[in-house]
Amino acid sequence: MSAILTSDLLSNIGRQGLPKRELVTRRDIRKYAIATDNRQQKYLDGDIAPPMFHVALFWDVVELKKLTPDGVSIDSLLPRFPLERAMAGGLDISYYRPIKPGDWLTASRILTDIYEKLGRSGPLIFYEIMMDIRDDEGNLVIQEKTTRILR
Amino acid sequence: MTRCIEVGMMIPSRDYCPDEVQLMLYNAAIWNGHRIHFDLPYATETEGYPGLVLAGPMLGDWLHQVVEEWLGEDGMITNISYSNRGASYLGDRLQAGGTITAFDTETGNVTIDVYIKNDAAQIVAPGVIKARWYPTGDSTR
Repeated sequence: MSAILTSDLLSNIGRQGLPKRELVTRRDIRKYAIATDNRQQKYLDGDIAPPMFHVALFWDVVELKKLTPDGVSIDSLLPRFPLERAMAGGLDISYYRPIKPGDWLTASRILTDIYEKLGRSGPLIFYEIMMDIRDDEGNLVIQEKTTRILR
Repeated sequence: MTRCIEVGMMIPSRDYCPDEVQLMLYNAAIWNGHRIHFDLPYATETEGYPGLVLAGPMLGDWLHQVVEEWLGEDGMITNISYSNRGASYLGDRLQAGGTITAFDTETGNVTIDVYIKNDAAQIVAPGVIKARWYPTGDSTR
């Protein structure tokens, strides 16, 4: 039996967020490519989106009053964990086809796992979120698994 | 473009030295309002960081860039797995690079161990990128 993960907490595994549908624009691609100091002209011109552009496309856009005082939006997909200090996180991203201006893309997120490990300085909570990004025809464009560690 | 790909080969590295303007534009582009990236008194006095914190996904982007600059139009990244192992700060000079660890001449699948390291030679973002290599623009294979 887990020491800090209650069955209540674990019952959140499988929770899904509301899908978000967004339009890809040349201007947003250009801003992203320039801000990341990309050197490839096709990205700087916004003809095609560089990898990880989806991070910008699907970052939570919330009203100012819903941000915490340190400027963070609270992820409604996550339960309140007994450990709150975020440590390193990891990403695993698969790319299936390029993203171009004019694409309408829909991101769906699901909390796929919560588990606990004993670290050197005490217990650690791991959670995983899977995000599928699909085009309007339902084809998978990007699949991203985020793993975060709390201590 | 014809070139030789061999396991153990290093791809050309690239140095990144982001300044306040780039960090601001990056967080604006992704719509990230976290104060640790732009509010120096907050980052240092409230959160106890030595400076403004570089956004983790920006380092992830650079891992892609260094591989894409090497691939050019001869391939595409199909997968990345990486982690942000430690924080990096404004003023750090970071190097992105990688080493080829596997290459299948039949399929064109290439695996590259990638890294972001700082001036103290600490790897702050290790990862593995898988790409498909299709020389001379043959993207059908």
